[in-house]
Amino acid sequence: MATITTSQSGQIETETAPRRLVIPHGLASHLQATPLLLILGFFFVLPILTIVVVSFWDYDFAGLYPDFLTMNYADTLGSWVTWKTYLNTLKFTVLVWALTLSIGFWVAYFLAFHVRTTTMQMVLFLVCTVPFLTSNIIRMISWIPVLGRNGLVNSTLIELGLIPQPIEWLLYSDFAVVLAMVHLNTLFMVTPIFNTLMRIDRSLIEAARDCGASGGQILWNVILPLAKPGMAIGSIFVVTLVMADFSTVQVMSGGQSASVALMMKNQMSLLQYPAAAANAVVLLIVVLSMVAAILRVVDIRKEL
Amino acid sequence: MTTENKTEKPGAGLTRRSLLKTGAAAIGAIAGSGAITGFPTIWAQNPITLRQFGTGVSNINAIAEKCKQDLGITLEMTATDSDAAAQRAVTQPDSYDIADIEYWIAKKVFPAGVMQPMDVKKIKYFDKIVPLFIDGKLKPESVVAQGTAPHTVGFVDAQDSKTFAKSPTDWMTLIPTIYNADTLGIRPDLVGREITTWADIMDPAFKGKTAILNIPSIGIMDAAMIMEAMGNIKYADKGNMTTDEIDKTIDFLIKAKQDGQFRAFWKSFDESVNLMASGEVVIQSMWSPAVAAVRSKGIACKYQPLKEGYRAWGGGLGLAAHLQGAQLDAAYEYINWYLSGWVGAYLNRQGYYSAAMETAKGFMSEDEWGFWVEGKPAKGDILSPEGKVMEKAGAVRDGGSFEERMGKVACWNSVMDEDRYMIKRWNEFIAA
Repeated sequence: MATITTSQSGQIETETAPRRLVIPHGLASHLQATPLLLILGFFFVLPILTIVVVSFWDYDFAGLYPDFLTMNYADTLGSWVTWKTYLNTLKFTVLVWALTLSIGFWVAYFLAFHVRTTTMQMVLFLVCTVPFLTSNIIRMISWIPVLGRNGLVNSTLIELGLIPQPIEWLLYSDFAVVLAMVHLNTLFMVTPIFNTLMRIDRSLIEAARDCGASGGQILWNVILPLAKPGMAIGSIFVVTLVMADFSTVQVMSGGQSASVALMMKNQMSLLQYPAAAANAVVLLIVVLSMVAAILRVVDIRKEL
Repeated sequence: MTTENKTEKPGAGLTRRSLLKTGAAAIGAIAGSGAITGFPTIWAQNPITLRQFGTGVSNINAIAEKCKQDLGITLEMTATDSDAAAQRAVTQPDSYDIADIEYWIAKKVFPAGVMQPMDVKKIKYFDKIVPLFIDGKLKPESVVAQGTAPHTVGFVDAQDSKTFAKSPTDWMTLIPTIYNADTLGIRPDLVGREITTWADIMDPAFKGKTAILNIPSIGIMDAAMIMEAMGNIKYADKGNMTTDEIDKTIDFLIKAKQDGQFRAFWKSFDESVNLMASGEVVIQSMWSPAVAAVRSKGIACKYQPLKEGYRAWGGGLGLAAHLQGAQLDAAYEYINWYLSGWVGAYLNRQGYYSAAMETAKGFMSEDEWGFWVEGKPAKGDILSPEGKVMEKAGAVRDGGSFEERMGKVACWNSVMDEDRYMIKRWNEFIAA
């Protein structure tokens, strides 16, 4: 982005005739960056600043009162509920991340290396995206009749005589939450990994094979390192989505489990906006440091 | 996360503002000339709009349509959840003309001075309003229930007063709209025994097959009914617990949750219906329309009366402080129409109760009145206001007659002095 702007402004400068109005070099590039700056400023920086400001305000049920109190942060960080909820959310994040990464990698691997024709690759890739044609709430809720006490899985297993009575932990449990999240988020892993795998120069693999590398060695020493940027991008998607999730946790745990976003939603529905804002700031810091950690490990610019 | 369903009835092709202006001017002129005789025709010729928002009857479009037809008043209705309603009532008093709020919300809202009380002399059917809302007693010998009983916040001392009166005065805060007595819903085919008390929800036999609702202000009341029924505690006032009582109640809930007693906690109507219909739970806190919804799927479900009594709730219509002149007159006209029977019959047919039962009777068939209000077996099929069959001939309403049900109210939905502490602890229960 930055390189394009400078080269363009350079062009403008060389093309302008002496009698025309000369736009100074710096100003032109600033002008060109202005639209993006305005959009980000209004729709990103300003809202976040508002959240930060409100998180220091006082409140009661009827309104918000501008102030500078650290009470909201003290309440948030000083309560074991917050810590427990963060731990719970982190637990979901780690589980879902590990599962989506391994499933996503193998799906992408299959698409990229086992499917021969490009047409077939694209067809199969589109098949992967088919579930996205319905809303993710529907995809989540449709697990309920499958997993329920009298649901598809339980009734089938009972009819086959495999289990004497329904398995209770299938629905309204951590299992159900993780299952639904993996189902919802795997594609976010598949897409970027598939993209990086497709860019791997096939001659590298041939070279490795010529040098006598086994299939496992090729995978471990050639493909995985080259797929890292895609895995990192997918991880960023999945981690941020799971950390900020509230509906999946609420629906699939039957309200029995808590997540950070659900805690915020509860606070907002009780009109405790400053408390929710403080919570949001804490969550933002946590998620940003997780993203920073991912970027530390993998240089995603290699791909871009 | 508030859901707002805005139903705007088509006006006469004018903007609301211009309608208000011309309407108000015209009414003013007519009022000045002393020509006020038949209100309905006047409103019909000079349409006026009242903006009503809230939790209860604001969800029912049929009422707005009928009101337009009978009075010519356009009702612009916005439905919200109760927390949003409380906030909006206080923080945006100019955004509504009529607030449709629950009594416990009124306890929070009225002292803020954003509403005006109603002059009972202008309310035509005031003496027909069920005495439960006047002195808290359904019958003279009844005991006043705990919690935010409607009569405790039903009156203020004077027109400009913000403090609730101890006994009925000439200034009423809310005109009751709908109210009901809530209890536990059960699956009679799956519980396998008689359910008689709130304590039955904690029976180890139902481990992993129970649910309570995750709306703190109501859930805590259900929990209180359960605690007291089990003999764990005796509350001075379930509707206004001390922090110590809150601690005991929540600790008990946390323990039950960790022992796996609950299958789920539900937040919305449809969740409660699905939990029950799918057999995930066999006994849970429930609302009466949800019981009807489960039954309409052909699944047995009973709104089980329990010996400790019911948890009741009720809402009403209140006037915004800014209403004056023609709009205020229109609001009174609307409220008088509201109490005159058609709406009451409509609400009774939905399984709720209405403010002036006597007037509603005239708009219901003998069989409907017998089934919904007197607790008699239905002679023919009982239809919902939309014409769907709700109960087959021979059915009897769970809990029996109006007097049996509303006469056994143990507590009303309420707002506690220790509200914030309670909500904090409730969140711990959900996170535990």
